[in-house]
Amino acid sequence: MIDYQPVLLANIGKKDSHALAVYEAGGGYRTLKKVLGGTSPADVAAAVRASGLRGRGGAGFATGLKWSFIPDRYSGQIYMCVNADESEPGTFCNRVLMELDPHQVLEGIILSCFATAADTAYIYLRCEYPLAYKRLQAAIGECRAAGYLGENILGSGFSLEIHIHRGAAAYVCGEETGLIESIEGKRACPRIKPPFPAVEGLFGKPTIVNNIETLACVTHIMTRGVDWFRSMGTPSDPKNPRDPGSYGPKIFGISGHVNKPGYYEAPLGITTRELINDFGGGVWKGRRAKAAVPGGISTGLLTEAEFDLPLDFTGPIKAGCLGLGTGCMVVLDETYPIIDFLHNSCRFFNHESCGQCTPCREGTRWALELVQRIRAGRGRILDLDLLLEIADGIGIIPGTTICGLADGAAWPIKMAIRKFRDELEEYIKQTNPDGYASTEPALATAQ
Amino acid sequence: MSTTERILTDEILDAVREFFPRYPTRRAVVLPALHVINERLGYVPEQAVVELGELLELPPPEIQDTLSFYGFFKQDEPRGKLRVWVCRSISCSARGGEEMLEYLCRKLGIKPGQTTPDGRLSIEYAECLGACDYAPAMLAGDTLHKNLTREKIDAFVDSLE
Repeated sequence: MIDYQPVLLANIGKKDSHALAVYEAGGGYRTLKKVLGGTSPADVAAAVRASGLRGRGGAGFATGLKWSFIPDRYSGQIYMCVNADESEPGTFCNRVLMELDPHQVLEGIILSCFATAADTAYIYLRCEYPLAYKRLQAAIGECRAAGYLGENILGSGFSLEIHIHRGAAAYVCGEETGLIESIEGKRACPRIKPPFPAVEGLFGKPTIVNNIETLACVTHIMTRGVDWFRSMGTPSDPKNPRDPGSYGPKIFGISGHVNKPGYYEAPLGITTRELINDFGGGVWKGRRAKAAVPGGISTGLLTEAEFDLPLDFTGPIKAGCLGLGTGCMVVLDETYPIIDFLHNSCRFFNHESCGQCTPCREGTRWALELVQRIRAGRGRILDLDLLLEIADGIGIIPGTTICGLADGAAWPIKMAIRKFRDELEEYIKQTNPDGYASTEPALATAQ
Repeated sequence: MSTTERILTDEILDAVREFFPRYPTRRAVVLPALHVINERLGYVPEQAVVELGELLELPPPEIQDTLSFYGFFKQDEPRGKLRVWVCRSISCSARGGEEMLEYLCRKLGIKPGQTTPDGRLSIEYAECLGACDYAPAMLAGDTLHKNLTREKIDAFVDSLE
């Protein structure tokens, strides 16, 4: 069993953990008072940079580096956008933080706005989280009353307003420029970059977009120090100069075919097997696992044989996955058909493509069409190759789309077919014994 | 047009105006305003878009452009009083979510996207409710129904009567 005392989840589990009084009784806002009482914004930013904190929302971009892209000596308006759109299938850790510990979230936002000189923060919250909305609203009200928000916070001269901006059920709003477009009141079609948001973002101003859990980490870095943060996780690989390491605690989610679905905190770098067995109570019904989605459906699949790789920012990539993603894992047992995973994933991305880039709009559509055909008993072995051709051709990685949504659509296809080809071929042969080997063009079907 | 034909009541207009100080542009008020209208009316008819355009000093097509992107807002007719989303994403689906959606639909005699004839409830599928730890899950209004079973759906439908 992993020997670890939770930090991000320390307050959660207490009665009324969402209330200001409970958060303060556990030491909440002490760090904010300390920082505003004498630490410079530059020192906060330097600590975050030195900590090696990387974004918890999926991409793992270095937070301090992102902050440093705000132009030097810029003295105009700066915005903070807090990404609480958590829409990646299989992911729910931000929900837990917002519902059960909204003040931890707010303290992280206030400190991060102080460090980046942002005077307005928008929390982009998905509309599927009504309880999080209620709790955050109440917490913002408590903060204002306590003087942690508003004009001249705690007499420091620093002023900040935090507003909640509710989304409307569109996955692409989790992409940072899609999110910005959505706040501006437009269709959430991601922007071509550069310019990056830190230079020209919301309303044309420098903007930092960070995930909820990332910002929650900032408080703990300022409370416990950079060395504490770097004492956990996987150090950078000396043989890989481009690996900045994976430091700090992470909230891992686990769902799907396990005995104890839930959320658990551990240092980055625990393994899938530890997460399933030590935290998830093992695979349900006494079965074995067939595969696991490491961190949201877009990251792809790990096979059971790959369960000993570390869950840090590079571990899943070693198994061909898109990345660690959100750290919220979905476990699939040995009886679960991979064709169902493929269908679920293709249906989702076809539904969520914003439509502005042709490879994504058409690719996700045709991938779903092919998978539906296979499930309808008219699949051909050739269709698996067609699916791979689509998957290899859409996304930022092949360089054909503006945002990474298409990479997220492609990865589950690549992982399912490259890792479970035998099973899929067998499925096609059994469901289409007369036609599986056909290479004749097949007619499209109506959805 | 006479004022009696207006769809957006003074209460709605005031609720939308409350968002003005939060944003430097009127356009940014579009999404919050659509939520306000949708909460009150159960949908956002074209006439509401026109009237919102007057309030925000925006051409209605700009608002329509935004609205049509988000599947959340319905335009042709009001949704049921209670909006029910049944999650069909990977975690829920792997634990029987799609069967739960089918079961609920069969019980009420409607399909996903439809509203019961009495206008009481509409059912939709959701693309991940972010409640994977409670899969299969369903959001009915603001209430999350966790670890769905047929029995729980039966009880939910009974509670509507």
